[in-house]
This record gives sequence, C-alpha cells and structure tokens, in this order.
Amino acid sequence: MSDVPKVVIPSLAKKYLMAGSGLVLVLFVLGHMLGNLQFFLGPEVINAYAYHLHHLPGHPVTLWIIRLILLTCLVVHVWMAVLLTIENKHARGNDSYAQKHSNVASYAARTMPVTGVVLLLFIILHILQFTTRVVPEDYNATIGEAPIEVAHVQIEFFDVFAMMVKGFSDPLFAGIYIIAVGLLCMHLSHGVSSMFQSIGWRNEIWRKRLHCIALLYGWVVFLGFAAIPFSVLAFGHGKEYLADKEAQWAAAPAVTTEISH
Amino acid sequence: MKLNLRVWRQQSHESPGGFGDYTLSDVSEDSSFLEMLDILNEELIEKGEEPVAFDHDCREGICGMCSLIINGNAHGPETATTVCQLHMRHFSDGDTITIEPWRARAFPVIKDLIVDRTAFDNIVQAGGFITARTGSAPDANEIPIPKPIADKAMDAAACIGCGACVAACPNGAAMLFTSAKCSQLNMLPQGQGEKDNRVLKMVAAMDDNGFGNCTNYGECQAVCPKEITLDFIAKMNRDYATAKIHKFFGAAS
Repeated sequence: MSDVPKVVIPSLAKKYLMAGSGLVLVLFVLGHMLGNLQFFLGPEVINAYAYHLHHLPGHPVTLWIIRLILLTCLVVHVWMAVLLTIENKHARGNDSYAQKHSNVASYAARTMPVTGVVLLLFIILHILQFTTRVVPEDYNATIGEAPIEVAHVQIEFFDVFAMMVKGFSDPLFAGIYIIAVGLLCMHLSHGVSSMFQSIGWRNEIWRKRLHCIALLYGWVVFLGFAAIPFSVLAFGHGKEYLADKEAQWAAAPAVTTEISH
Repeated sequence: MKLNLRVWRQQSHESPGGFGDYTLSDVSEDSSFLEMLDILNEELIEKGEEPVAFDHDCREGICGMCSLIINGNAHGPETATTVCQLHMRHFSDGDTITIEPWRARAFPVIKDLIVDRTAFDNIVQAGGFITARTGSAPDANEIPIPKPIADKAMDAAACIGCGACVAACPNGAAMLFTSAKCSQLNMLPQGQGEKDNRVLKMVAAMDDNGFGNCTNYGECQAVCPKEITLDFIAKMNRDYATAKIHKFFGAAS
C-alpha cells in the first residue's frame, strides 16, 4: 500500500533495542537507588561514596564511559519509543472506534509514552539540579565541602549530603521528585516484565510471575528513592547538619571558598 | 427481544462512513448474532433499503470470516467465541448494540462491516508454507514428533486468521497472527527447512503491510476466539533473533 511509510528498522529489532536499553536503565536505577540510600548512614558515608564514584579506577575516563553508555541507552530508548508511538498511531488508522473496550492492557502499559516523556523531562531537571548544579551562586557555596576519610587520609570533598538535604528541603522540588519516582514505578511495572517478552523469555506461567516481579521492582525503586525526600520533609532529617553548615558559611564565607580539591 | 442497533455504514474505502440506527422489535434470544443481522437485512430489503454488508461463511466458528466489533469488543462480549457462535441470549431486552468493522490501516473497509484482509494473505505467502514433498498422506508416526510439541503446534495452527488480534490491538499490530502462522511450522520437523527465512520473511511482510509494532499489551490474546497465547509471540521473538544470528554467520536455513 502506498500510504504506508517504509519501515526502516524491523519491528522486532525495535523491540530488542527497547528491551536492551531498558534493561541497562533498569539496572542503573536500582544501583542509583542503593547508592542514594547511604544518605541514611550519615554524611561521611555518602560523601565518601560520592568521592569514590568520581575517582573510579581509570578516573576520569571510566566515569565518562559509564555516562556515555547510559546516555546512549537513553537516546536509543527514547528514539525507539518515538518510532513506536508514531508508527503505531499510523497503523491504527484514521477511523477510530466509536466504542472500544480494553480487556487486559494495564493503565501503566497504556500510559508508557506519557510517563516516558515526563520522566525524560525529570531526568533533565534532575541532572541540572544535582549533577551539573545549575543553581544560584550561593546555593553551592552554602553547601560547600565536607571532610571525608579516604585511605586513612582526611580530605575535603563536595558535600553531597548537604546538597540532598538542601534540595529536598524545598517542598516543590521534593514534591516533583516524589511524583517523578512514582511515575517511574508505573513505567517499570510494565517495562520490567515487557522486556522479557520482547526478547522471547516469557511464557504463560512466567507472564504472571514477571508481572508481580515488575510491580515489586517498581515499588522497591519508588520507596527507596522517595524515602529520602520524605524523611527530609516529614522528619527534618539532616536539617540540623545543614543549618550548622549555613551558620559556618555565614560566619566565615571567605574560608569555604578558599578550600579546593 | 427488542434491540437498538448502531451499525457502521460505509459505501467504500474512499467514501466516509457513519452510523446507521435501526430497531429490531422481535429477536429470539436463541438466534445467533449473525442470524439477528440476517433478520435486520430482510427488514431492510423489504423496506427497499440497502442491506448491511458483513463477512460470514461457515457459521460454525472455524472459517475466520466473521469479523465484527460489538460494543467495543472484537467478536463480542464472550471469550473464545467467534461472532457466528455468539448468541443473543448474552444480550438483554432493550440493549443498544454498537457494531463496527475491524479498524486498522492494514485492513481497509471494503463496504460497511467488511474489511480487506489481503494483508494477512501476504504474510502467509511470505513464509507460511513448507517446500518438502507433500504427495500422498504419509504413514502415521513416520516422523516422530513429541506429543507436547505436536500439541503446541496444533495450538498455533488453531488460528483461523480472522484478524481480531489486529482489530483489538491498540497498535494495529499483527504479531499474534504472524507468530501463530510462523510457529505452527517452526515447531515441527517438516518446517525446519525454511525455519530462519520463514520468520525473517514473515516479519518483513508484516512490517511492509502496514501493521504496527507490538508493545506487549496482551489485548490480542484476550479477544482471540481460538485462545492463542502470547507464548507464540515470545517464540517468534526468539526465532527472529536466532535467525538474524544464523544469517549473520551465513548459515540461515
């Protein structure tokens, strides 16, 4: 038929790419969550963890390779999602059903493109806020650095703990964050099961089990991530630490800027 | 039973369609859905109006011709049932029933409720055959096939090619049909000769004929009158990957 666009990537290849890139991102999300949970072990632990992440063997190339892999997976994942959405909408045709009953397609499955777009926007915001730290000038300065012990040597490194407390003290950002990880939970509850089907590693018995596993995975990730802003907002976790830092900075602003790595 | 019908009327693929409203005053609840449409058509002919065009043939649930979306469900509200096997006792007196054709880019409407399913034929022509000598019927058990494999292949072969999977799929994908037609041969020894090329060519034909991509909703399985499962889609996904690898190393069957 002439009005059908030529399919450049075979439909099944698109599914493999979606599943493969999804798997990497799914595992990254779990790793990121476990890393973040060190927040509850105190400033020294999470700040040392941050230092080690930034000084992996082969530093600084290693971290950039990891970042490049993650970015590639994200680009492939989004690219495939765009292709699938456009092509599938076209394949559905111009005339839509006056009445259409959805039997088994879950709400999470049907809203994958919506949650996907919101998550992409959140990732951009998240990187700007916490990685590149495109924030007001004195925002970084008040956070400053904190002492950590690396190989029995005391050194000063960027205070990730204070950054997290400060970031999540703002109810707006904490709210956005909690909603975003909630949507991530939904996205994963379809995706984690779906990727096994896409590569053909699923059957009628494992379909139900994988649905449960995916839902569980989504909830674990949600609770793990949301626990941090929740504890800062609800219980004021780390607020005293941050207040001390801010008082120090207010007392001697020149000193904090002199310290460098 | 008194029934209010909203039936999709469309002269041809090119002309725009719309719903026609009809009322049937005395329908037996023992009549089948298609018999109910026959009654409607007789009344329309008596009134000098054009009867509703709809696909049907065997009326015993094995030919795959009947193809109606009834109140938003492919083949109506009952599971594992074709429209011809659906009886009016599943509806209530005074119901309004909306009847629409399969809707998908690859299935253009020919007239009213009849759609062109040539795209399915194109997929089967691409690889849904074996090139082994057929000749006269071979002796039973001449080729040993384990019972579970034979059963599974038969489950796939139960596909009647009605197209409900495409009609119900939010993506207009033909994965359930293609995977059934592909797997029924790929699982059997007679089908091994063309196994790799079968899956590659049938998937290519599926894409070329304007069907969408699978996103694992599972709506196809829910409406399939022959209860074909997503297992076959998973199998096709495996077979396709294996075929691609075989082809890469230059040893595709």
